[in-house]
Amino acid sequence: MKTTLSPETTGNSAAVISDSRPAATGPLLEINHLTQKFGGLCAVSDFNTAFQGGELRGLIGPNGAGKTTVFNLVSGFYKQTEGDLILKGKNIAGMKPHQVTGMGIARTFQNIRLWNDMTVLDNIRISHHYQLGYSLWDSLFRTRKYMKSEDRIRKHAMEILESLDLARFAEEVPKNLPYGIQRKVEIARALSIDPDLLLLDEPAAGLNSRDVQDLIKLIRWIHQAFDVTIWMIEHQMTVVMSLCSWIQVLDFGVTIAEGTPEEIQNNPAVIKAYLGDENI
Amino acid sequence: MQRFTVPILLAILFLVLVGMSYYDLLDLYIQSVIMFVGINIILGSSLNIVNGYMGEFACGHAAFMAIGAYISSIINVMLFTQDRIFGAPLLPPEMSLYFFPFVLLIGGFGAAIAGLLVAIPSFKTRGDYLAIITIAANFIVTSTIINMDTIGGSRGFMGMKQITFAMEDVIFLPWMLIWVILSTYLTVWVIYRFVSSTYGKGIIAIHQDEVAAEIMSVNTNKMKLVAFMVSSGLAGLAGGLFAHILGYINPGSFGILKSTEALVIVYLGGMGSLSGSVLAAILFTLLLEGLRFVLPWMSSGLHWFDGIFYWADLIPDGYQVSQVWKWVIIPLILVLLMQFRPEGIMGNKELADLFPRLRRWYSFK
Repeated sequence: MKTTLSPETTGNSAAVISDSRPAATGPLLEINHLTQKFGGLCAVSDFNTAFQGGELRGLIGPNGAGKTTVFNLVSGFYKQTEGDLILKGKNIAGMKPHQVTGMGIARTFQNIRLWNDMTVLDNIRISHHYQLGYSLWDSLFRTRKYMKSEDRIRKHAMEILESLDLARFAEEVPKNLPYGIQRKVEIARALSIDPDLLLLDEPAAGLNSRDVQDLIKLIRWIHQAFDVTIWMIEHQMTVVMSLCSWIQVLDFGVTIAEGTPEEIQNNPAVIKAYLGDENI
Repeated sequence: MQRFTVPILLAILFLVLVGMSYYDLLDLYIQSVIMFVGINIILGSSLNIVNGYMGEFACGHAAFMAIGAYISSIINVMLFTQDRIFGAPLLPPEMSLYFFPFVLLIGGFGAAIAGLLVAIPSFKTRGDYLAIITIAANFIVTSTIINMDTIGGSRGFMGMKQITFAMEDVIFLPWMLIWVILSTYLTVWVIYRFVSSTYGKGIIAIHQDEVAAEIMSVNTNKMKLVAFMVSSGLAGLAGGLFAHILGYINPGSFGILKSTEALVIVYLGGMGSLSGSVLAAILFTLLLEGLRFVLPWMSSGLHWFDGIFYWADLIPDGYQVSQVWKWVIIPLILVLLMQFRPEGIMGNKELADLFPRLRRWYSFK
């Protein structure tokens, strides 16, 4: 995977961020006592964390530990039973997912959810919906506002694709692309909203070992080039251990450990959760 | 240069049709067929917004047509004619010509508001369940009209012919044909621009993955609202034209059968293909009208065959193949279509996607 980074691409993409977004003062995201119950099942209980901005963190745990539930709560799909989600000083509880996205949280999905019958370019273009800045009437009469906005979006979309070396797939339909490229397109789509926080839900799922190595490089590069905070769920320990500076471990919705990769690797509670008890 | 070819061709088509009607080169029957082609284009392509581009299954499109038809007819009759219910005209009948397009648009606007009846449930409901809601909406609208005695109830509402006569008194032109053609152009233009903008493409994103659309900052509820309102508004426009062409409307003509016709056009043309809907509307209307002649020919042909060959008994003596058979043949075509080409004539492609060479000749804006 060749990743070319030229200073002007990143410079321009930063310039396109809409002004409507609140400026970050204090911590980027604070999660306090987050709890989610589905009926009698406690999917997440008393989850706490805070992002200052600029971190690259991991969230791991066995299957069914509630990792994706945390992401679904942060991105607004579920409304939490208890607790606070504070993004840039603003409580995002009860916001719709598209509003949360508009405030600067982008995410990818465990199973790739691209719009499969649209070209890659259109996939990226539609993700600019929150910063269109024109209405139905503008789109009917093709006003100057519409033209400017569409030009800007197309340019920005092409920049994102070029910076991730995907420009040659711009007119292709995702369903015809190899799985690894689809992953990358999904990450590109998430980046196209100029997020402050990027949630990656198992980005390495279904990739072969060479693709995984490329993905590690890609995520590290994105983290620096786009100046974005990344929070990832991942099962493949090579990815988490080589990328993340701080890891939290969930088991049955409870945070059982957190710390640096080395601490986590040697934590008895984590080993127990993953491998089971020594005494059967 | 390419960007002018389509407007020029459309202008020529418009002038030829209007001119030929003006000089009586087209008889009234052919004129009415052309007008129904136009109405079916509006109906089919507007339903395509919801059923094709947004991937829902709305099967109560005739309800919005009815609302548009009744609103525009009532306003016109109230303003410009001496009517049993509404009394003397409020404005001189000659004014009707200038007011007509606005009245049509008001009808469309009313239908768009009625579109909320389906749009709001669609926030939480999808697929089959929404389909049931749309059928229910169709019945709600028709039964409401049936129970409103002031506007004729199930007997229907008339008086719109006077409007068309009043318009022709001012300037003698085939006004209804003009309005139908202009409305058809308007509809195709609106839909094309809507679905080709990044804004409108949001509804295609909803079709392909609603969760992804919502997470990628598409306000899905708002887009559904817009899509349903544009779709039903345009259906209301078609209804207004329909009412003024026939000069008489009754709730029965906006039932499930009418909604089904619109559905047939969408699925015949291909979901999510604007040129497909236009093509299918033309084909479908011509087929419907063609069968009007073909069925009697079939009938007499079969009798002739039986008469020549004493052993043949293809058709009972004295039996005429009636027009009812139309509704056997057309559904049969639908069955065959779903079997052998379920994606419709055009699939979800446009004309220029299938014939890239056409791009050299025109660019559609």
